[in-house]
Amino acid sequence: MRALNGFLSGLLFGIGLVISGMSDPAKVLNFLDVFGTWDPSLAFVMGGASVTAFIGYRIVLRRERPAFEPQFQVPRTSGVDRPLIVGALVFGAGWGLGGFCPGPAWTALPLGAPGTLIFIPAMLIGLWLGRSTKVNALVAGRLNHV
Amino acid sequence: METGVLTAFTPWASLGGGVLLGLSTVMLMALLGRIAGISGITAGAFALVPDGKGFLAEGGWRVAFVAGLVAAPMVMGVFGAGEIAQTVPDNLPLMAVAGVLVGLGAGLGSGCTSGHGVCGLARLSPRSLASVLTFMASGAVMVAVLRHGLGG
Repeated sequence: MRALNGFLSGLLFGIGLVISGMSDPAKVLNFLDVFGTWDPSLAFVMGGASVTAFIGYRIVLRRERPAFEPQFQVPRTSGVDRPLIVGALVFGAGWGLGGFCPGPAWTALPLGAPGTLIFIPAMLIGLWLGRSTKVNALVAGRLNHV
Repeated sequence: METGVLTAFTPWASLGGGVLLGLSTVMLMALLGRIAGISGITAGAFALVPDGKGFLAEGGWRVAFVAGLVAAPMVMGVFGAGEIAQTVPDNLPLMAVAGVLVGLGAGLGSGCTSGHGVCGLARLSPRSLASVLTFMASGAVMVAVLRHGLGG
């Protein structure tokens, strides 16, 4: 049941990415190209998604627990720390280079472009490096927040 | 100077697609009580950071979520959706570097466009707002340098 829920949520997310045009790196790169071939579509995607989630979260989180789990798992950290900012700088640089972030890259996978087929394994290596670095820093006690 | 492929501004499709992303996010919270952060889900699906818990027990729904993302274009095809327009950069070394940076940054920064962008903004998290403003600025600088800065 958890797997079915996971699959359907992922499927809906993927369909949203395709309809919104975000599975096309060219649209993402043009959003970032404010002084060139600017395409503001991504702002509408972010707006539609976060407003919908804002309203939905307010309804859902009023319940005692999710349907198939004992409790909600919502991040408690709220402070801004160095790994957050350094991570966002590095992430943004890669996003501006390839036009892909993780969700759209997965959804674009079956379309089979060579650039996508290279991007995904590279992203997995990077994710492993980033998570390991963060976990090591946490263990060493150099971080206050996850 | 490298110029981009022109793409049409699609306010309604993008707004509608965005609402679907939001609904998926709410659905995952209502059913499994989880944040729809794709980088975190991906890391969990591939057990990229062992957490001592059973892989299938903890990772199963994450593997299924990623499978759902990948299945989306095929499912849309079955229901008669036309060809999906796409222009992926064909410079493969560049895409490899882009992939490593995206993964590394999301891993270090505890999230990406979905977890910090959609979910974090919906939770009015200052941490997520800081992340979104930073990665958008960083991405815009990268595109400005690549398209207008080098040899321009």
